[in-house]
Amino acid sequence: MIENNSTLQLEVAELMVQALNLDTAVAEIDPDAPLYGDGLGLDSIDILEVALVISKRYGLQLKADSEDNHRIFSSLRNLTDYVATHKTK
Amino acid sequence: MRTLPLVTHTSLDETVAWRKGTAISVEKFLTDVAYLAALLPHGKHVLNICRDRYHFMVGLAAAIISNKVSLLPPTHTPEMVQQLQAFSADVFCLHDNDDCDIALPQLRYPVVMPEHHSVNMTIPQIDAQQLVAIVFTSGSTGAPNPYSKSWGSLVQNVQAQSSRLGLSANINYSIIGTIPPQHMYGFESTVLLPLQSGNALSSAQPFYPADICSTLEATPSPRILVSTPLHLRLLLEAKLKLPELALVLSATAPLSTSLAHKVEASCKAPLLEIYGSTETGQIATRRTAQAMEWQLLPEVRLTQHGEHIWAEGGHVETSVPLNDIIETVDLEHFLLHGRTQDLINIAGKRSSLANLNHHLNAVEGVIDGAFFMPDEVSHDHVTRLSACVVAPSLTASTLLTALRVRIDPVFLPRPLLFVESLPRNSTGKLPRDALQKLIAGYIGQDIGSAGLKNTR
Repeated sequence: MIENNSTLQLEVAELMVQALNLDTAVAEIDPDAPLYGDGLGLDSIDILEVALVISKRYGLQLKADSEDNHRIFSSLRNLTDYVATHKTK
Repeated sequence: MRTLPLVTHTSLDETVAWRKGTAISVEKFLTDVAYLAALLPHGKHVLNICRDRYHFMVGLAAAIISNKVSLLPPTHTPEMVQQLQAFSADVFCLHDNDDCDIALPQLRYPVVMPEHHSVNMTIPQIDAQQLVAIVFTSGSTGAPNPYSKSWGSLVQNVQAQSSRLGLSANINYSIIGTIPPQHMYGFESTVLLPLQSGNALSSAQPFYPADICSTLEATPSPRILVSTPLHLRLLLEAKLKLPELALVLSATAPLSTSLAHKVEASCKAPLLEIYGSTETGQIATRRTAQAMEWQLLPEVRLTQHGEHIWAEGGHVETSVPLNDIIETVDLEHFLLHGRTQDLINIAGKRSSLANLNHHLNAVEGVIDGAFFMPDEVSHDHVTRLSACVVAPSLTASTLLTALRVRIDPVFLPRPLLFVESLPRNSTGKLPRDALQKLIAGYIGQDIGSAGLKNTR
């Protein structure tokens, strides 16, 4: 992971915890564990809600482009990398 | 024998689907159907889980011309797949992804289809009485309830829909769906509707709002967007520039009037809501921005039998009780006042408290347990279930893992509360307000306090 992504990773985790009212502490989320399904246990509805918050905060639109819809959410690390690559603010 | 054509398009050159920017003609479709039909195993029952909507449609049609029955269960959990196998031992799974983990004999949708077109191709005629699909609801004791759909009744249903929507016979609409074709609403409105109204489906199943926009842009006008209150709300909140739309459909949950107005204003198109159920198929529509009343499809009627309102007539082959609280206005119109209390509908996935409680209490280590559906905060937001369990030997994660095998993930409780006992009354019943009070008491506590383990 790129060095300055660790701040972003915490920020993204914080947004997710707030958006979904999770009872998990940000620091407890394993950056490599799946967010979807097993692991953190998010489903498609959660992912769409988090995607909305992230798109507003970072000025980006998430796109699956006919790939696996949940790939961006395969882990906190992947989600953070996606945000780092696509953010405009 | 009365027969009805597989597709109502009048020429083999007409477009029946759009896939990755390419038009697929009726001729190409029928070639693919014949090729796939020859590959199908002997089993009479098909679980078609293809994600690509065109693949799903080819799989459905190949099954129909081979006199096979497509099974549409409410979820694809390992437990449900076992139940399907108990229902029909010969069931096989048709899929189009490389990591399909359905525990049934599998057939992968061909990665490459032959280009060869047979000569003298004709549109197959199907016996109207032929059983083509069995749709399941989750039932109340774990075993799913089957509802048989004949070709004739499905065709009659979507043709009534097509005339209600005012789809003109000589215009080729593109139909883009944000819902899977395996869901009854998606099955009717994104697969059968284009097949039986001379229109074309889009193979995509766009997920994020930006994906919905780019799929719309890649599909020619006039376009019909088939969606849900959840997707429409998120699409509007994303504030993207939407391409021109001719019509928007919504179903799975009632839409608020305010969202309906916003959708019509942003999409510059009428928004029609569809009312129906797995048992009945779609039976009514309304233009929510203009009227709260639902208008029944022609020939469908509602009658009161005892406590319930039943639907009958038209494509509804045998009378079916409805699970909603309905006030009839006149022969053709009614108002909807919510669901009967036991029924749960989360983002179009349906179950009942009885069924969910059955699964919760069947998990080893659970001494007692009950799901609870909080009051809905808003029509356009998804409300989640809570649950209380007495299970001193289990952790939250082991219990959730066991539940995940049995019930669809949208029903997983949040929060899941571990309690010492449930407030059952002297007859063993669990009054809703007692459960509500218990949960409110726990949620008010410090989350980290002893005795309370949470969902995550």
